[in-house]
Amino acid sequence: MNCQEMNPLLHAYVDGELDLMRSLDVEGHLKTCAACTAARRSLQSLHSTLRHSDLSYSAPVSLRNRILAEVSNKPGETRTRKSAPWLWQWLAVGALGFAALTVMLRPGGTSNQDRLADEAISSHVRSLMPGHLTDVVSSDQHTVKPWFNGKIDFAPTVKDFATNGFPLIGGRLDYLNDHPVAALIYKRNQHTINVFVWPAAHIESGIIQTRGYNVINEDVNGLQYSIVSDLNRNELSDFARLLQQ
Amino acid sequence: MSATEPSTQFEQIVMPHLDAAYNLARWLAGNDHDAEDIAQEASLRAFRFLGSFRGGNSRSWVLTIVRNTAFTWLKQNRPQAVVSIGDEELNTIEDPAALKNHSSALHHADRDVLHAALESLPVEFREALILRELEGLSYKEIADIADVPIGTVMSRLARARKQLQEYLSQKGDVTK
Repeated sequence: MNCQEMNPLLHAYVDGELDLMRSLDVEGHLKTCAACTAARRSLQSLHSTLRHSDLSYSAPVSLRNRILAEVSNKPGETRTRKSAPWLWQWLAVGALGFAALTVMLRPGGTSNQDRLADEAISSHVRSLMPGHLTDVVSSDQHTVKPWFNGKIDFAPTVKDFATNGFPLIGGRLDYLNDHPVAALIYKRNQHTINVFVWPAAHIESGIIQTRGYNVINEDVNGLQYSIVSDLNRNELSDFARLLQQ
Repeated sequence: MSATEPSTQFEQIVMPHLDAAYNLARWLAGNDHDAEDIAQEASLRAFRFLGSFRGGNSRSWVLTIVRNTAFTWLKQNRPQAVVSIGDEELNTIEDPAALKNHSSALHHADRDVLHAALESLPVEFREALILRELEGLSYKEIADIADVPIGTVMSRLARARKQLQEYLSQKGDVTK
């Protein structure tokens, strides 16, 4: 093999795309050719520089939440971020239609509570998928609380309840009930507890048991708390009482 | 299984690849705002077309949708970025021996220079390089995603690397 033949194969060799026979051919040539050996080193150097220079972008949490909100709220429909044309269409429906829409968007108390619980459970389940549980991992309330600064426009109370058997695991930004919400993650033995917190005009309270999960909604210092877990109702209620303190 | 909610399927098939999807969109679009639009639109398309996913390599499937969404967007918004490059034969690449002088420049390349070097590449070259070097995809996967023969992928990668090395060695001279 000469350098000319080597040319197209070198990249494939460095990329590990050659079969054994071709690889052996290339290695045979490299042993005898300083120029091609230098070229290979250069390619490997480029490869490792690209790999280790932190060039990959991660999807922003806000994008992740927006996509999940679109998909879970509007199955089969699509709604893009540029929603202005839709808005104009809605406005064109006229005052009567708009009033009807308002009524549709604000159903009665019970179904609102159910819908909220449903959303909270979906969010809880999503958070349990690998890599989704926490944005900030810390059992230190003084690390988790400041992390939310600037990400949301309210300040959730963050306390560690490790001494009560509910250690704080971390925090996450989530999207619930059409709001960005703070999510605090606690553990009870093997059970994960998500606590969603956001300011709500009308605060729901009560316990709902559905799909194998318990959801406790309550008012804590004027903020809506939605506590979700597969933990049993009694222990989750104990935990809810700790949050009230 | 067929009774699985579409949104659950979506979370299992599409969401695990959101970082890869966003990374590709970001490198093709060149800024956060447009990348988010592209990644979001591609994700919603994937949601609509979940029924057409036949199992197998979900990452390639998602990235194909992102790629197509991004190129459609680029053609509409930045047609000059996608003037088709000539995918010449691989043997027109310069002698590999000529590459050896570039290697020293690489050790000094910092992230910003690398970033600028990648941005300077034609979009098809950049795409091939991102998928290969950052996402670790095989030639076959890249060929499927970009809908070109494997030979073209090889040629694009080789030329992308050559341009990158040249850019970096020039910058090295300038900054030293």
